[in-house]
Amino acid sequence: MRSASEHDKVEGFPVHFALNLVLVSSESRSKVLLAMARSTSKDAQALLHSFRSAYAATPTNLKIIDLYVGFAVFTALIQIAYIAIVGSFPFNAFLSGLLSCIGTAVLAVCLRIQVNRENKEFKDLPPERAFADFVLCNLVLHLVIMNFLG
Amino acid sequence: MAASETSKETILRYAFGNVLSFFILVLIGVLAFSIRLFSVIKYESVIHEFDPYFNYRVTQYLTKNGIYDFWNWFDDRTWYPLGRVIGGTVYPGLTLTAGTIWWLLSSLNIPLSVETVCVFTAPIFSAFASWATYLLTKEVKGAGAGLMAAALLAMVPSYISRSVAGSYDNEAVAIFALIFTFYLYIKTLNTGSLFYATLNAIAYFYMVCSWGGYTFIINLIPMHVLLCIVTVMTSEHFASFLVFIIIHVVALVYYIKGILSPKMFKVAVTFVVSIGVVVCGAVLAVLIALVASSPTKGWSGRSLSLLDPTYASKYIPIIASVSEHQPPTWPSYFMDINVLAFLVPAGIIACFSPLSDASSFVILYIVTSVYFSGVMVRLMLVLAPAACIMSGIALSAAFDVFTRSIKFQLPGATENSERDAGETSSNSVVAQNDVAKTEKNEDAVKERPSKKNRKKEKEKENVEKPSVKSQIKKKLLILPLEASIIAIFLLVLLGAFYVVHCVWAAAEAYSAPSIVLTSHSQDGLHVFDDFREAYAWLSHNTEVDDKVASWWDYGYQTTAMANRTVIVDNNTWNNTHIATVGTAMSSPEKAAWEIFNSLDVKYVLVVFGGLVGYPSDDINKFLWMVRIGGGVFPHIKEPDYLRDGQYRIDSQATPTMLNCLMYKLSYYRFVETDGKAFDRVRRTEIGKKYFKLTHFEEVFTTHHWMVRIYKLKPPKNRIRGRAKKSKSKASSTTGTKRIGTKKKNPWH
Repeated sequence: MRSASEHDKVEGFPVHFALNLVLVSSESRSKVLLAMARSTSKDAQALLHSFRSAYAATPTNLKIIDLYVGFAVFTALIQIAYIAIVGSFPFNAFLSGLLSCIGTAVLAVCLRIQVNRENKEFKDLPPERAFADFVLCNLVLHLVIMNFLG
Repeated sequence: MAASETSKETILRYAFGNVLSFFILVLIGVLAFSIRLFSVIKYESVIHEFDPYFNYRVTQYLTKNGIYDFWNWFDDRTWYPLGRVIGGTVYPGLTLTAGTIWWLLSSLNIPLSVETVCVFTAPIFSAFASWATYLLTKEVKGAGAGLMAAALLAMVPSYISRSVAGSYDNEAVAIFALIFTFYLYIKTLNTGSLFYATLNAIAYFYMVCSWGGYTFIINLIPMHVLLCIVTVMTSEHFASFLVFIIIHVVALVYYIKGILSPKMFKVAVTFVVSIGVVVCGAVLAVLIALVASSPTKGWSGRSLSLLDPTYASKYIPIIASVSEHQPPTWPSYFMDINVLAFLVPAGIIACFSPLSDASSFVILYIVTSVYFSGVMVRLMLVLAPAACIMSGIALSAAFDVFTRSIKFQLPGATENSERDAGETSSNSVVAQNDVAKTEKNEDAVKERPSKKNRKKEKEKENVEKPSVKSQIKKKLLILPLEASIIAIFLLVLLGAFYVVHCVWAAAEAYSAPSIVLTSHSQDGLHVFDDFREAYAWLSHNTEVDDKVASWWDYGYQTTAMANRTVIVDNNTWNNTHIATVGTAMSSPEKAAWEIFNSLDVKYVLVVFGGLVGYPSDDINKFLWMVRIGGGVFPHIKEPDYLRDGQYRIDSQATPTMLNCLMYKLSYYRFVETDGKAFDRVRRTEIGKKYFKLTHFEEVFTTHHWMVRIYKLKPPKNRIRGRAKKSKSKASSTTGTKRIGTKKKNPWH
């Protein structure tokens, strides 16, 4: 067993694997299947790594917005877990908490789309204006939420 | 030099166009306001019909007691003995709007009474609605179409019918909120700005506060979003995005296929596919379980009757009985939207060239509203703005073609065509303000006028100048000169016909306040003010806590004008209570007295039109009393009242009918009017002419016998035994037995 590194595994594996197929007999097919499972997991790791490297290239402000969206969704999930465990009374409070999380996540996604400099549709929109819109929408959303809390 | 002169000319022309549009809009507002004033001129400044009286009473309460008391108001003067939570069940939009207007005016020391503000709220908001239609259509097609659509909406009879001066009902403000919400939605689509999205949300909130028809918006907008996602033309990046995803998926699949053995690959594919199917199935199962757990599959009765028009008549007679819930007849389409009915298809075709987000939305709007208007007469009101928008687009496009044909074929045309070629390209620069003329821009500019495109267009301008001439020859349609002149003349004639019809409809058909009736006879105008006479009598001659029983139609008017507690009113939220009153009206005198006594009723009010020929009286509504009562209390059977399948009150009437309370209270002493008791509405002489009332006594009948008020006779102190035929006093034992049986409640 040696630790796999992506570079040699990607190129050399198909040839290696074809040879294995030819030489194997039916009794050691299970060993081959195990090797298959390991290979798929290594491919998943390769995919993940490529994702990570592409994502590292995004500018910092977009990453902060993504973090905020992740936090909002995580809070929503916590609330859903709570309601599954404890119960939904009072329902108004649950709804307003959940909608506040989801609403602010959606608005943050809109902000991210408008601020992203690679997006040609919003090239002429200054990011300050986009942020001001985001703040205004959040104000209105949370006004409604505070009223609905009951 | 020449270029700057022509650009100066175009700027001047645009300035002139802007000012002209502004004045046209002001005139349209004045038109919308004044065409709704016929009832005020012909009758008086009074609230109409039934529902507006409730809204008026609520507004009075709001202005007198303030908003906190209004929000927590529990009304004990209706639906006795149940009461009604008004604060929680009313749509506050209309009341708060009128209340705010009154408060604003009174704080400026302009002393208008609450009634005046309520009466004139609807015409003011119809002016706002036509301005909102201008804005909406301008976003879809351009300013010319916008002005046309606004002018059409100001006059369309369907909208006039629910918003005359005095018709103080939810639709008065709700139609304005509907059109304004749609305008802000289209604006958000076109500009992509979150600011307009916020305004859209606030306008939708106002719509939800005002009318139950908000469900139309909340279903239409998501359907349109789905449509936009499904059709490729909406986003220029959509195809590349979709193919980007597809390419990556295909590459991944090939890669994995290359790595794994064929058997493993099949396993992997089945693994992924099965996981996807399981997840979708789980979501679907959860949805189905949630929906199936409610008995009506999550839909309310009213919504179900919208989807299946026959649902209400089979299951819920009270929804079927409301006159506004009946399906419209074919002539009512022509009456209500007139000429627009055959301009709408032309508008739909005009929307397809070119098809944008906004025009696809308007097409979806008109298709769904046409379907729903076929289900309920009341929803013709939702069709009206859509029809006006479509017709405005059609008329504007038609006028475009004809005027352009005339312009390019006039004797001085050749030099004009070159100047226009130059103007077209410079127009693309100036065209970014709101009043852009569409006929010049549809070739040079994309259909999204917004400030951010200005830079793009400046670059395009230089490229487009040489190609503009060829574009004119390619795309613009020119018709022969005589044909266009005649066509313009015919279109103007069509518009004149529309205007004449609308004014006639507003003046004659839709301005009746229904609380005051008039008729023309040889001696001139005859006014029937019987309703207000009866309510005034009630308010002056009865105690404050007396309960009045009548059919639910008159509940709102009784509480608002007579200020007495009623048993049932137009809100119709409790079917059993209405069925109780219906059963009482259909039962013989004694049983009816029992029922009314158990509800603490003191007076019974009956509307009777037989003397003057008023067709909407209680005898004509009697079939609903029987049906609704029979739906809850099985001892009321409809066939008992029918002879050959018809409700009759003449000599062929069934004995159940001749003995029921409604018959007796309507026709008591009727024979004294003309000696023959001829009922002018049913056009026959009545069956039983001479009878006495044993448990009720007549206390008031109005001048034309239209409203008749009866009082419940108190129970006798000493009861005569049934066995004794002589007039001796009853023995104590039979007396107590009788009292015992009399006190027993028949409902247990």
